[in-house]
Amino acid sequence: MIEVKNIKKNFGKHSVLKDVSVKVEDGQVVVILGPSGSGKTTLLRCINFLENADSGRLTIGNLEVDLKKSTKKEILNIRRRTAFVFQNYNLFANKTAIENVMEGLVTGRHVPKAQARERAEEALNWVGLSDKFNYYPAQLSGGQQQRVGIARAFVLDPEVILFDEPTSALDPELVGETLDIIKKVAEKGITMIVVTHEMSFAQDVADKVIFMDGGIVVEEGTPEVIFSNPKEERTKQFLSRIISLDPNYSI
Amino acid sequence: MVVKRTGNIVKFGIPWIIPAFVLLLWYLSTRPGMNNTLMPSPDKVIQKTFEMIKNGQLWEYLSVSTVRAGKGLLLGGFIGLTLAFLTGFNRILDLTLDTSIQMLRTIPVLAAISIMIIWFGIGERVKVYMVAFGVFFPIYINTYHGIKSIDKGLMEMGAVYGLSRFRIFTDIILPGALPSILVGVRLSLGTMWLLLIASEQIATDAGIGYMAMSARELLQMDKIVLAIILYAILGKLSDAWATWLERKLIRWRER
Repeated sequence: MIEVKNIKKNFGKHSVLKDVSVKVEDGQVVVILGPSGSGKTTLLRCINFLENADSGRLTIGNLEVDLKKSTKKEILNIRRRTAFVFQNYNLFANKTAIENVMEGLVTGRHVPKAQARERAEEALNWVGLSDKFNYYPAQLSGGQQQRVGIARAFVLDPEVILFDEPTSALDPELVGETLDIIKKVAEKGITMIVVTHEMSFAQDVADKVIFMDGGIVVEEGTPEVIFSNPKEERTKQFLSRIISLDPNYSI
Repeated sequence: MVVKRTGNIVKFGIPWIIPAFVLLLWYLSTRPGMNNTLMPSPDKVIQKTFEMIKNGQLWEYLSVSTVRAGKGLLLGGFIGLTLAFLTGFNRILDLTLDTSIQMLRTIPVLAAISIMIIWFGIGERVKVYMVAFGVFFPIYINTYHGIKSIDKGLMEMGAVYGLSRFRIFTDIILPGALPSILVGVRLSLGTMWLLLIASEQIATDAGIGYMAMSARELLQMDKIVLAIILYAILGKLSDAWATWLERKLIRWRER
């Protein structure tokens, strides 16, 4: 279980997160929606200490830390339990696909090299890149690079995988293949928090949808409720705007 | 197939048309009977070359110059790299040093030669220092730029996946800055020869610059031309070396 309680974060005078609390059960897939600037990416980055929150508490499994006053050891412990998939993939340009997947295992988790290679091969096979082990990122398409990114997160066997707009940087025709892989991860029962703009993905995969705006959680619930019967006016507005832009979507 | 062959001939032939034409012109204009005090004929230069190879002078001058250039490059390159890594990572050092270095950079390096001679005499050191001084700037500036433009996202990824500071350095910072560092090395090679030649002409008893200078005083045109040709060859060789280094070190940037 992951729980964020009363998290607050300001950038200068601008308050990005105003007292947000989110709870994710084991195996749940939570999708966070919201307009840009709503604080959803910041929330995700605070869970991983890529941003330092101004206050709040975080619980992952049996580990509870204060987001403001956390020790280096606690940060490392939290990071060991989480994995992050970046919008821009952030692969090592000078390492091959398999080396990229192995890196976190070998240097971050001290897994022996031979064993790390075996697990990395398995993960790459699983995301459908069995013929691309020794390719450098520059030789892969955006979708393939993001699949390496997903394999890298998945291979660590984390308690939760955090996805930060994993398909936003992709060409439209590559979004589908990447979402399919993320769906496969979800089907494995791994806890996931996904920040995305892909409405149909949210509807298909999410156990819970959280709608954020202006640094607060406006509304949360199952996708059925959020998409077909939202209570809050702001949610309705946002959905009507997004859905009119997304021709694939139909209620 | 035919098209391709002509393509190759065109590709490899055309760049050599002008050099060949110049060579022909050179040969024709310096034939016996023409006035050749201003320019020696090609065969005289070739004759001189063989003569100097035989008595060992050519090799001696070449090696003396190359060693000086290499020492200067290593010294200047080392200082440039070290300083750039310091200012690239430490904000305080960056604030303290960068402006001063940028100011020094605008000095034409050759202007420093007089003061260098007064400080270091006319011995071996001044040549190495001159080269080091000139080589320092392109390496410093490009390394600094390389470090400053490292992808922040990759640094975050390193943190998230629990890489140690050492691994972040060897796996993110170094490969990230390397293309830029190599641009600096390549630029500095040009400056290196320029400064070496300038400082070798002042007062020495060996080196290609000395060869050119002494030949000028004795009006040995064949030797002067040979020195110029040697510079061209050395310049081309060091450029080829830099290209090779680039290909060797950043092979992952294919396509």
